Amino acid sequence: MDEPVTPPSKKRSLGSWALIAVPYFWLALFFLVPFLIVFKISLSQIAVAIPPYTPAFDLSAGWQAFRESLSELSLENYVWLTEDDLYWKSYLSSVIIAAVSTFITLLVGYPIAYGMARSPAAWRPTLLMLVILPFWTSFLIRVYAWIGILKNEGLLNQLLMSLGLISEPLTILNTNIAVYIGIVYSYLPFLVLPLYASLERLDGSLLEAAEDLGCPPWQAFWKITLPLSLPGVIAGCFLVFIPAVGEFVIPDLLGGSNTLMIGKTLWVEFFNNRDWPVSSAVAVILLLILVVPIILFQNQQQKMQERDG
Amino acid sequence: MKMTSFLTSVAALSLMTGAALAQDRSVNIYNWSDYIDESILEDFTKETGIEVVYDVFDSNEVLETKLLAGGTGYDIVVPTGTFLSRQIQAGVFSELDKSKLSNLSNMWKDIEARVEKYDPGNAYSINYMWGTTGLGYNVEKVKEILGEDAPVDSWDLLFKPENAEKLAECGIHVLDAPTELFPAALNYLGLDPDSKDTGDIEKAGELLKTVRPHVQKFHSSEYINALANGDICLAVGWSGDVLQARDRAAEADNGVTVEYAIPKEGALMWFDQMAIPADAKNTEEAHEFLNYIMRPDVMAKASNYVYYANGNKASQELLNEDVIGDPAIYPPAEAVENLYTVTSYAPKVNRIVTRTWTSVKSGQ
Repeated sequence: MDEPVTPPSKKRSLGSWALIAVPYFWLALFFLVPFLIVFKISLSQIAVAIPPYTPAFDLSAGWQAFRESLSELSLENYVWLTEDDLYWKSYLSSVIIAAVSTFITLLVGYPIAYGMARSPAAWRPTLLMLVILPFWTSFLIRVYAWIGILKNEGLLNQLLMSLGLISEPLTILNTNIAVYIGIVYSYLPFLVLPLYASLERLDGSLLEAAEDLGCPPWQAFWKITLPLSLPGVIAGCFLVFIPAVGEFVIPDLLGGSNTLMIGKTLWVEFFNNRDWPVSSAVAVILLLILVVPIILFQNQQQKMQERDG
Repeated sequence: MKMTSFLTSVAALSLMTGAALAQDRSVNIYNWSDYIDESILEDFTKETGIEVVYDVFDSNEVLETKLLAGGTGYDIVVPTGTFLSRQIQAGVFSELDKSKLSNLSNMWKDIEARVEKYDPGNAYSINYMWGTTGLGYNVEKVKEILGEDAPVDSWDLLFKPENAEKLAECGIHVLDAPTELFPAALNYLGLDPDSKDTGDIEKAGELLKTVRPHVQKFHSSEYINALANGDICLAVGWSGDVLQARDRAAEADNGVTVEYAIPKEGALMWFDQMAIPADAKNTEEAHEFLNYIMRPDVMAKASNYVYYANGNKASQELLNEDVIGDPAIYPPAEAVENLYTVTSYAPKVNRIVTRTWTSVKSGQ
């Protein structure tokens, strides 16, 4: 058999290139291209026109005109962002609100995931189903429902007053507390699901061994369950934190006028000022801020895969 | 309320798009929320066979954002005069074909003359409704808190912090409309309500900030229900909306009496204009609708329902007495003199106005 044989490794690498190209193509089409458009607008100037900024590239005008409009771009909008403290206050407040709600979601979600993972195997699909079930109703409608629950004459206040726990209705709606409730409620499944996955895979014999060796249950939890579920905790926390930073719907519907979040600031910039260039600049900065936790998340995922593989 | 109107419009939209597929002729209208007697749309369809797809908004800013993005798919939109003038400048609208609008002769010359300021020659738009931005209040609660001689006919009710502070316990709502609140504050301070001077705007911002801690919410449509239910006792609102709240309260018979006042210091007079976007697909149908809405009986029906004055002179004899006879809707000539109008802000000034408004609202 002198016939040359293509080394199988080379074939595999070609196939895997094609495989990798799909997500990269996806990323380029739905992330990079929109990002470049937004970035370009962020360097433009506001104008009374359709669309409301200049220069808007007209590719039919030829190369020379294209280069001229390139030279009209400026970083002025970014300078504007640094001159006004509203923007960094919004960024900061968004990160704080997202971090606090992520922490609360973890406190609420961990026992749920733990309980699910510990329940009899026959129940688990049902429990999992119950966690996913709220997604069958529109997110918007579920947030609206919270208005009915939290408002001054709402269900919660009626219940507490009829139980005699409070005499005056609590003002929850239109405050930051309502925003926390909204975020924790909406994002809870995103934390529970990865956490449940990692808790379910936990090797039960480790806990049995600990028990045999006289380790009390809480210590066994602290020394075995918690460290082993950490990848699930981290994955769940990122899945809550990252979208919560840019959240608009929840603070807009449940928050008060002094709830400062970057999603709302962006909305005001876009809809009330109709200032596309500045709102694009705000969006670019928001993206840069979010890239850091996303990269951390990626690294963590990779580590996990390497370990599992 | 907002939610129900949102849901119904979504439902209506989906039903109607379904129907529109079967029928060829349709017209897409984008109007303010709670701003039409829906039977007008049904009658129009019955008479002409043109399906109406009706969608609603509650802020001029949202409308303008969509219009400036282009390709809205709407055939008729209803911006306020100040916004209309800037949109005309941006090339958003196409001129009306007046040969198709035989009912233009019904329109009220006085209103057309005032609209000239925004739409010279009324070339791009017809007036739908006009009204004022003033104070809606809960009669019993305001009197209970501030006494019998409460200054209900004055901006003092809101802009005097001692009044606002007391009224805060029963709730104050303010329109989320900087282009209407800055003129009101400027006017109260004795400055030109149409001032574009950033120093003046800052002064108005300072005044609004002193009131800010006592305002429960800045919102442009929730106050209708809130006033009617007695959840709040004062709202800076649009005349007809407050009067709708008055009627809802009367219907509910819940012991709440709502009144509207045009403050004696003056109030903003505004004009909501129907116009056809340049990229509208159904311009023929849009003209037919505009001509239909200018029929005296149709316009009278609209005003009788929404409690706003209209720009249609011929419709006036068909109006109900509680509309044409109500000085809060059709103010007498001497009261009209006390009303002011404003023009739009240039983009850079607009940025400062919005920024000041954001800092008023957020308290930052």
